Amino acid sequence: MLTKRIIPCLDIKNGRTVKGVNFVNLIDAGDPVVLAKQYAELGADELVFLDISATLEGRKTMREMVLKVAEQVNIPFTVGGGISSIEDVDVLLKCGADKVSINSSAIKRPQLVNELAEKFGSQCVVVAIDAKQIEGEWFVHLAGGTISTELNLFEWAKEVEARGAGEILFTSMNNDGTKAGFANEALAKLSTELNIPIIASGGAGTVQHFIDTFTIGKSDAALAASVFHFGEIPILELKKELKENNIQVRL
Amino acid sequence: MKLVIIDYGAGNIKSIQFAFKRLGVDAVLSNNIDEIKAADKVIFPGVGEASSAMKMLRESRLDTVIPTLKQPVLGICLGMQLMCKHSEEGNTDGLGIFNVDVKKFSKAVKVPQMGWNVIYDLKSDLFTGIKDKEFMYLVHSFYAENCAEAIATTDYEIEYASALQKDNFYGVQFHPEKSGVEGSRILENFLNL
Repeated sequence: MLTKRIIPCLDIKNGRTVKGVNFVNLIDAGDPVVLAKQYAELGADELVFLDISATLEGRKTMREMVLKVAEQVNIPFTVGGGISSIEDVDVLLKCGADKVSINSSAIKRPQLVNELAEKFGSQCVVVAIDAKQIEGEWFVHLAGGTISTELNLFEWAKEVEARGAGEILFTSMNNDGTKAGFANEALAKLSTELNIPIIASGGAGTVQHFIDTFTIGKSDAALAASVFHFGEIPILELKKELKENNIQVRL
Repeated sequence: MKLVIIDYGAGNIKSIQFAFKRLGVDAVLSNNIDEIKAADKVIFPGVGEASSAMKMLRESRLDTVIPTLKQPVLGICLGMQLMCKHSEEGNTDGLGIFNVDVKKFSKAVKVPQMGWNVIYDLKSDLFTGIKDKEFMYLVHSFYAENCAEAIATTDYEIEYASALQKDNFYGVQFHPEKSGVEGSRILENFLNL
């Protein structure tokens, strides 16, 4: 049986790991390559690296980091942040990334999803969606959650699936950084209405939150950062508890 | 040991190359027919779409070369699927090494299957030291049907062949290069064949 995945996310700025709390106040949490290797050994199923560098120099550093991660890490990883063209993706895949995640660039030019799926295959195209629930309705945001759009989360998710996305990484901006649990109602709706895997992101604080997102939220994978980076939830213990709760995991 | 990874423009071959480097073997990337024929072991990778990958193979004449190779050949992911008779993906004929067709998963399950699933009914030296129901990393929307040439089986909606073997030809649907220490063990086993 296909297992549920636990995915530590490493936000990278100029080659270093950082984690935003509600997308501001960045705290340093280590060297990405060392962290990645450690996570692979500790039982992480997959890794996500999000490049939040804003400069060309930062992007170059990111490529070097991807190459080093691919060289040393024996589990799959996704790279996202600032990817806006076929060329960007080509370079990252050639450096050894398994998947790329696109966000703002897909909103600005949805056809990019089709082009990437056609050229590289759906399996490596993750569409990341940041959304915020405002008066009951979920609105998609771009540029790291700083700009709101008129797009509805569910309509946008269905559109990118139709365009060839292989997976959705949904971050609830209402939950992100709160450590109060994932946005399970929206996640369950996404998982039911779409036929591609859904990664839950934003709100992980306790083991119970992971149990809930796999059961109530019907998520296929759960992503978190600070609870892993600062050792608040050891991955192995988390997976053991998930298994005790009849959730299939790789142990 | 001369290990060649066939480089025909399809997919993420860097991680396969790195995985062998971690085992202390420098794999050469090549689309040169003489170099491929002269190798001790050959890796046939592939990620992407079947009919366009077959087109690339035909353009470089590799479609006629690969089935005639005598040394151990390991197809990975799409590489394995292309070694089959026919694929529903782009409705293309494959290399016909394995006597089995490649079909698409139905909508009863999420497609692609993405993540870690177990392989069982292991029947080859490729799996020496690998326990039954070991986890492997898989990403695919199409699968080879269970058949006489299956050397490993996986369950996702149905039981399908997650590894195949015929004579010197091996194929794995999963990504051993991305499947942790156990995946690495399979690559090592291949080197020791």
